[in-house]
Amino acid sequence: MNYLKTIIKRFALWELIRGLVVTLKYFFRKKVTLQFPEEKTPLSPRFRGALALRRYPNGEERCIGCKLCEAVCPALAITIQSEPRSDGTRRTTQYDIDIFKCINCGFCEEACPVDAIVVTREMHYHQENRGENIITKEKLLALGDRYDAQITKDKEDDSDYR
Amino acid sequence: MIRIYDFKGVSNQEKKNDFSKREYSVQDLLLLVWIVAKVLLVVICLLGVVAYLTLAERKVIGFIQSRIGPNRVGPQGLLQPIADALKLLQKEIIFPTASNKYLFIIAPILTMTPALAAWAVIPFDQGMMLANINAGVLFLFAMTSLGVYGVLISGWSSNSKYALFGALRASAQTISYEIAMGFALVGVLMAADSMNLQEIVLRQQGGIWHWYWLPLLPLFVVYWISAMAETNRAPFDVSEGESEIVAGFHVEYSGMSFALFFLGEYANMALLSFVAALLFMGGWLSPFEGIPFLAQAFAWVPGIIWLILKASFFLFLYLWVRATFPRYRYDQIMYLGWKVLIPVTIVWIIVVGFAIQFGVGPWFSH
Repeated sequence: MNYLKTIIKRFALWELIRGLVVTLKYFFRKKVTLQFPEEKTPLSPRFRGALALRRYPNGEERCIGCKLCEAVCPALAITIQSEPRSDGTRRTTQYDIDIFKCINCGFCEEACPVDAIVVTREMHYHQENRGENIITKEKLLALGDRYDAQITKDKEDDSDYR
Repeated sequence: MIRIYDFKGVSNQEKKNDFSKREYSVQDLLLLVWIVAKVLLVVICLLGVVAYLTLAERKVIGFIQSRIGPNRVGPQGLLQPIADALKLLQKEIIFPTASNKYLFIIAPILTMTPALAAWAVIPFDQGMMLANINAGVLFLFAMTSLGVYGVLISGWSSNSKYALFGALRASAQTISYEIAMGFALVGVLMAADSMNLQEIVLRQQGGIWHWYWLPLLPLFVVYWISAMAETNRAPFDVSEGESEIVAGFHVEYSGMSFALFFLGEYANMALLSFVAALLFMGGWLSPFEGIPFLAQAFAWVPGIIWLILKASFFLFLYLWVRATFPRYRYDQIMYLGWKVLIPVTIVWIIVVGFAIQFGVGPWFSH
């Protein structure tokens, strides 16, 4: 009896029709595609994108050249030289990040005592010439200025969980 | 046979039949122009269908996978096939070293030409066909079978192992399923008592229950499965089998020669869909025939619309099936072809024979 049932089911293409019904349901279901340049996926405030250096609201750069980020960087992507400035505070004279080496782990942000180096939401960047992979201090500060509002807001949003 | 004409002894009738000695008038020329125009119309429409079938395939498979498919070129991606064609036209045709160049070029042409030639006998509406020949089904069958030579030659002339494997698989599979398909068509021929496609459609007159899909349901299913195997489409696309043999018989092809294979495959799909609509689904006949109000309400719809709708459904089925089922294992394909489909058709041909003998139902009572 069972055998007969199997035979009938097989000749009626039962399993195949059930499969077709499943795919037909998906045919009419809502599509999940994002139209990328126009639409973007939502990002977490903790998103780890390009690195940037921040400033205090009065325009003074935050970095004090403690080299903790350089020490913690697992990919050895950060190179720092520091000297005392004319007002007697220690500041970096060189702060280079090689983004070919950088693995966007965010350890530098965690290590920084003054919240100077941060990861931003920016992930769409590219280089066109050799040597542009080294992001210098000026560029990092410029990036920090550019995304300042966003970075401040992300820090604010994430502060409850830290 | 060589005939040597003794001009004195040739009768008028014979003179007329001998084309080299026939006198041509303007009417003959016009007739020729008219025929060429009709052929061009069909071919151009067909190429359009093939182009947009590729877009439809990508769209349908995208929709089934919860994507939206190509939508960047032109409104809703409608110019995508044109962009694809332009891209393929620009590409270089690369000849593999030690390949047989002549056969390498001839193979894609051999695949596409029969796929186009077969359209000569497809009636789009009553009397709307290029050639109303009595052996229409036979011609169709011959043309679809010829396509396998292109595949075989391309596989051999590429001088590539994968191409050869693909060609061997494709030819073995096509030949096996040809038998099942042939038997399925034999059932239709028996039921319709004619090989003329127009005649077969006219025999199905009288509404949806009079169409041959119902009395020949097993043959219809077998026909459709064989049609999918015959065109080397998923789930029977082991001859392409990109996970095992890269792309099968057309690995080495690029540019326009590759496009011709594509064209041939899709033209064949469209052809077999039209044939399925003609032989089993009543061709250009309205599905509302014999239903009191609907028949009158839809009387204004031209037959060609019904035929296109029916064929479109079958084309959608092709894409739907491709998006649903995984590829068959090769031995299972052979098992299905020889040990399942052929016995089923033979049994049903006998049943049809008895049904005709005893005039069963509305289908065989003529």
